[in-house]
Amino acid sequence: MSATAASPSAAVPGLGRRIGSLRKERRWALLTAYISLVVAAIVMLAPPFYMLITSLKTSAEISDLSGTPWIVRNPTLDNYWALISDPMFRGFFFNSVKITVCVVAITMVISVFAAFSLARMKFFGSGVLATGVFLTYLVPDTLLFIPLYQIVGNLGLLNSIWGLVLVYPTLTVPFCTWIMIGYFASIPKELDEAALIDGANWMQMLTRIFIPVALPGIIAATIFAFTVSWAAFVYPTAFITRPDEMPLTIGVVSQLIRGDTFAWGQLMAGALLAALPPVIVYAFLMDYYVAGLTAGATKG
Amino acid sequence: MAQVSIRKVVKEYEGGVQAVKGIDLEIADHEFVVLVGPSGCGKSTTLRMIAGLEEISGGEIAIGGGVVNDIPPRDRDIAMVFQNYALYPHMTVYDNMAFGLMLRKFDKAEIRRRVENAARILDIGMLLDRKPKALSGGQRQRVAMGRAIVRDPKVFLFDEPLSNLDAKLRVQMRTEIKKVHQTVKTTTIYVTHDQIEAMTLADRVVVMNHGVIEQVGPPTELYHRPATKFVAGFIGSPAMNFIPARLEHGSGALNIHLPDNIVLPVPEERRSRYASYAGKEVLFGIRPEHLTEIRPNDHRPNLAPLHLTPEVVEPMGMETLVHIWLQGTEISARIDPAIPAEPGRPLALAADMGQMHLIDPQTDRMI
Ligand SMILES: Nc1ncnc2c1ncn2[C@@H]1O[C@H](COP(=O)(O)OP(=O)(O)OP(=O)(O)O)[C@@H](O)[C@H]1O
Ligand SMILES: [Mg+2]
Repeated sequence: MSATAASPSAAVPGLGRRIGSLRKERRWALLTAYISLVVAAIVMLAPPFYMLITSLKTSAEISDLSGTPWIVRNPTLDNYWALISDPMFRGFFFNSVKITVCVVAITMVISVFAAFSLARMKFFGSGVLATGVFLTYLVPDTLLFIPLYQIVGNLGLLNSIWGLVLVYPTLTVPFCTWIMIGYFASIPKELDEAALIDGANWMQMLTRIFIPVALPGIIAATIFAFTVSWAAFVYPTAFITRPDEMPLTIGVVSQLIRGDTFAWGQLMAGALLAALPPVIVYAFLMDYYVAGLTAGATKG
Repeated sequence: MAQVSIRKVVKEYEGGVQAVKGIDLEIADHEFVVLVGPSGCGKSTTLRMIAGLEEISGGEIAIGGGVVNDIPPRDRDIAMVFQNYALYPHMTVYDNMAFGLMLRKFDKAEIRRRVENAARILDIGMLLDRKPKALSGGQRQRVAMGRAIVRDPKVFLFDEPLSNLDAKLRVQMRTEIKKVHQTVKTTTIYVTHDQIEAMTLADRVVVMNHGVIEQVGPPTELYHRPATKFVAGFIGSPAMNFIPARLEHGSGALNIHLPDNIVLPVPEERRSRYASYAGKEVLFGIRPEHLTEIRPNDHRPNLAPLHLTPEVVEPMGMETLVHIWLQGTEISARIDPAIPAEPGRPLALAADMGQMHLIDPQTDRMI
């Protein structure tokens, strides 16, 4: 017995070669994967890297066209200091934070409840409603901003961050609801039923059992809502003209481009600073997002 | 602890599917009742209506005397073990079991006492700090049972709790469940499609088919006195043989004429019961274990010899199953493994006519 176990390839002729070719195939697959990943990384990271380089240069060095633009000769943090010490720029930042916090909160409350009821409860028209939610998302926002301009204007919320807080959820709620319906449906129904039998009311079942278990899906939706709200450009461009109500995205552009003078160094520094919060949020939430929390709930 | 009454209960799903078609069932305090039947017969639906997870379309259900039709699950004081266990994945085993007690505002010491007691009964004391994903299937099953036990509810509901376990573990957990019931004595309603589980666990078995109850009774009664062809075929493994036959009077006796000119005598004490079916087509039913080899010094009365030729022989170790084709009807017999049996060689068998059944093919009910 031990003899055959020791040399399995000898017992089955040809098996050794098969394993060898499998290994070779695997190596090829790995190699191809690495090459494509490296190429993709270079393509994706080149612009941010160029931004970083530019943000560290003085205006003189930026406009100096001799030599390669990919290296910094006299690195300086002046551009960053100029922005951070500028109260207007800080105002843009806090506007963005306020808008995003409100939008994410509103979106998540509405869409968690909406997704739960659409995924779990069968009621008259629930199927149609779920499809309707998705179709809403398919309407491009470039089409929507004209009628929305009217509505926001009639409400007297033009030139106010609250106008944006009102408008962004029309984009985020349908999509977040839609992706959470899918995730929620994959959570075994018996889990909420067990909680209801154990003595939970609907609210306790949601907060103590369902939401913790559905967290990866909820976080995915949160990241989406955050990104949409933080990076929105079309709506604030259309709705906001007063600098003190501007979010970061349009604030940087409108204040650092004067006519045809581009303050490139500060623009790049501002863009990088603006990109920082999403990076932090992603890094912080990604662990939760990737870890499948449902493992072990059922037979597995 | 409580009795459960199910009165004329109907469940109609949207789209008009009648899953349960008006069933009546009285379950006594401390009783262990098993609902058994083929897939889709309405077992789970019945159980879920008792739990309050499914609305009742008609009739009423009472637990401990009070009608619960409009009472939400949390106030019915029942516990349920699901087929997929439904453990809370983000909580430890301890918290899984304590959750129901915490919601009911038990004090910490009492919760600890109950959880530790349940853990001792189920032998999972060393797992209390683990998360469900670090448990094996059998351990998850125990935790699911523990979650039910700690609550000390009026009724336990089990929906096929063992069907995700491998065969060996299933037998072990079956014994475990029986042991737990003997310890805590809580009224239990247990759903399974496995008739062996039903027979071994139940005080009374409820056989369901197509949304109606075919028969209710203790396991041995269902085995010996099935009321319908369905119950006769469902209870017992391998299943009862059904052979088309004709009942005829002959020389002062009543005989069963089977295909291939086999004639078997009806035992004397049954003649009056079957007399009205003389001259009619019937279905002759006999279990494989009552179709055996001829044993020396066999004192069973009413043994009828018959010679049959097996086509397939299956040695099982403690017995041998032989399969015979009688003009298109497959029948099986269980014989002593010491008897040399091989396909194509005639065997001298004996039918224990004291254990025979006759079925009216018109109604599929026992005569
Ligand atoms: N939510 C539902 N909507 C419509 N029909 C349903 C629903 N749930 C069950 N049914 C139908 O009701 C009938 C009984 O289902 P039930 O789940 O009670 O069967 P079961 O006896 O538990 O079967 P199994 O052994 O396969 O679990 C089936 O025909 C099923 O298709
Ligand atoms: Mg079922």
